[in-house]
Formats: sequence, structure tokens, C-alpha cells
Amino acid sequence: MIGVLGELLITAGVVTLLYVGWQLWLGDVIYGAQRNAQGQELSQEWEQQYQAATPSATATPDDTAVPDEEAPVTVEPVILPEPADAETFGVMRIPRFGEGYQVPIAGGVSRPRTLDTIGIGHYPGTNMPGEVGNFALAAHRTTYAAPFNRIADLHVGDAIVIQTADGWYTYRFRTLEYVTPDEVEVLLPVPQVENVPAGERYITLTSCSPMYSMTERIVAYGVFESFTPGAAGPPASLTEGVTA
Amino acid sequence: MYAALWHVLPGPWWVRLLILIVLIAAVLYGLLFYAFPWISQFVNPQDVTVG
Repeated sequence: MIGVLGELLITAGVVTLLYVGWQLWLGDVIYGAQRNAQGQELSQEWEQQYQAATPSATATPDDTAVPDEEAPVTVEPVILPEPADAETFGVMRIPRFGEGYQVPIAGGVSRPRTLDTIGIGHYPGTNMPGEVGNFALAAHRTTYAAPFNRIADLHVGDAIVIQTADGWYTYRFRTLEYVTPDEVEVLLPVPQVENVPAGERYITLTSCSPMYSMTERIVAYGVFESFTPGAAGPPASLTEGVTA
Repeated sequence: MYAALWHVLPGPWWVRLLILIVLIAAVLYGLLFYAFPWISQFVNPQDVTVG
């Protein structure tokens, strides 16, 4: 009898340790692969739609001419309507985080509906990709696939690309900031500046800091560079690679 | 408990070992993909925006 009890206790101990291992490491690997697969699926779906929408893209002879030397696409970005809670509207790609990094973005920042289950959340009331103002996002830095796990590894000028059903929005990473959790001013149209109408297009990524803690927040800011419509094909920002 | 399980299993030792490995794999799969995700909803009760 005692032997059975002992074995049960040992089993419970092993399962508990397994849980810790899962929560802190293995779960991220499993969830991360799932998120990337979902993001990739969405991305491919959209790319098929882009092509379907432009059947005669190669028909015009002008298009066969040598394109201008890395001409920046200066197309006015399509502004999506704000998504409903937990509605997936985009996929984030950051070449710095690896080729396979393709995380779905959905509306809302609730843990059970968006951050734990989908990936990256869009703060309701902040602007949308390409819009003048602040496109503000949140995601886990540890646990639940940890989309922003390597946020502190970003280098100035790194591409942050948001793909939607309309095309690619390229932002460039500028700077990091560490704040206390109550500093919601980072989400303002001009981050950290009150009562100023925005004239630029910003992206703000927020996550927890330090890792495995919630005492502070780490904030990454970026500025909008260009919008590439789906028909034009993937932007150079995705293929240029990253500096060491 | 585990000794009893070993005796209940049929066949020579290597068949029993094989069955045990399959059993352990099944239990691990159930834990990793069903039990742990379910438990995790209750483990971190603070409903903060980011963790």
C-alpha cells in the first residue's frame, strides 16, 4: 500500500516537473511551430488572392522592362477597418527572427482570446497598419509561443513587415524603451507625447520585461517605410536579409 | 503499482517493454497536447495584457 502511494507521489512529481518544462520551454516550441504554420498558411492564401486579382500582370510589355534600381514603392497604403476581437487580420514577419517567423495578428489584447491562442494582439483604438498614428501591438515574451521573445535583439533599421489581405506594410525598427506597466502613453498616436496629432506612421510592439516577469514592459518602436500592394510581389524588406 | 503493471502485461520482456514505451508515449502526448494547455489557463490567473 505504502509502495503504491510512493509511486503515485513520484509520478505526480515527475508530471509536475514535466509541466514546468512544458510551460517554460517545450510548449513554446510546440505552439511556436503551430503559430508559424498558421501564419504561413494565411500568407500563402493571401498571395494566391493577390495573383488571382491581377491575372494580366505579365501581359503588358512595360512590365518586362528592367525595374528601376530598387525604386521604393510609394503607393498609398490600404487602411483596413479595425478588426473585431480575436479576428485575425495580419501576419507579422521579422527577418531578424528567422525565415520561418510568421505570426498571426488579431484584434484585442485579451489573454484567453488573442495572446494565448492566436499570437499577436492589436490594442483596440490604436491605428491600423499604414495609417497615420500608432499601430500598437502586444504579445508574450515568454510562454504561449512567445512571439516577442527576441524583441530585445532587434537592430536599428530591422524590417518589421505586416502582411494583410491587401499587401505588405514595411516598418523599420528604431528604438527600445523600458517602462512600468501603467505607462499607457506608449500607445498614443505619437508615442509618449500627449495631445499632439500624429503626422507620421508608427508601430509599437509591447511585451513583458524582464523575461518571466511582469514588473516592467519592454517597448519597441518603429516607423513606417512603405506599402507594397499584393500584386507587386513580396517587398525587398523581406528578402534583403539582415545585417549581422 | 508499476511492478503490478509489468506482471499484467503479456508476452516476453521485450514485448512488455514495447507496450510500455507506447503507453508512455501516449500518456506524454495526452499531457503535452491536452492536459497541460488546459491546466495552463488556471496557473497564471492575472489577466494582464502581456505576460
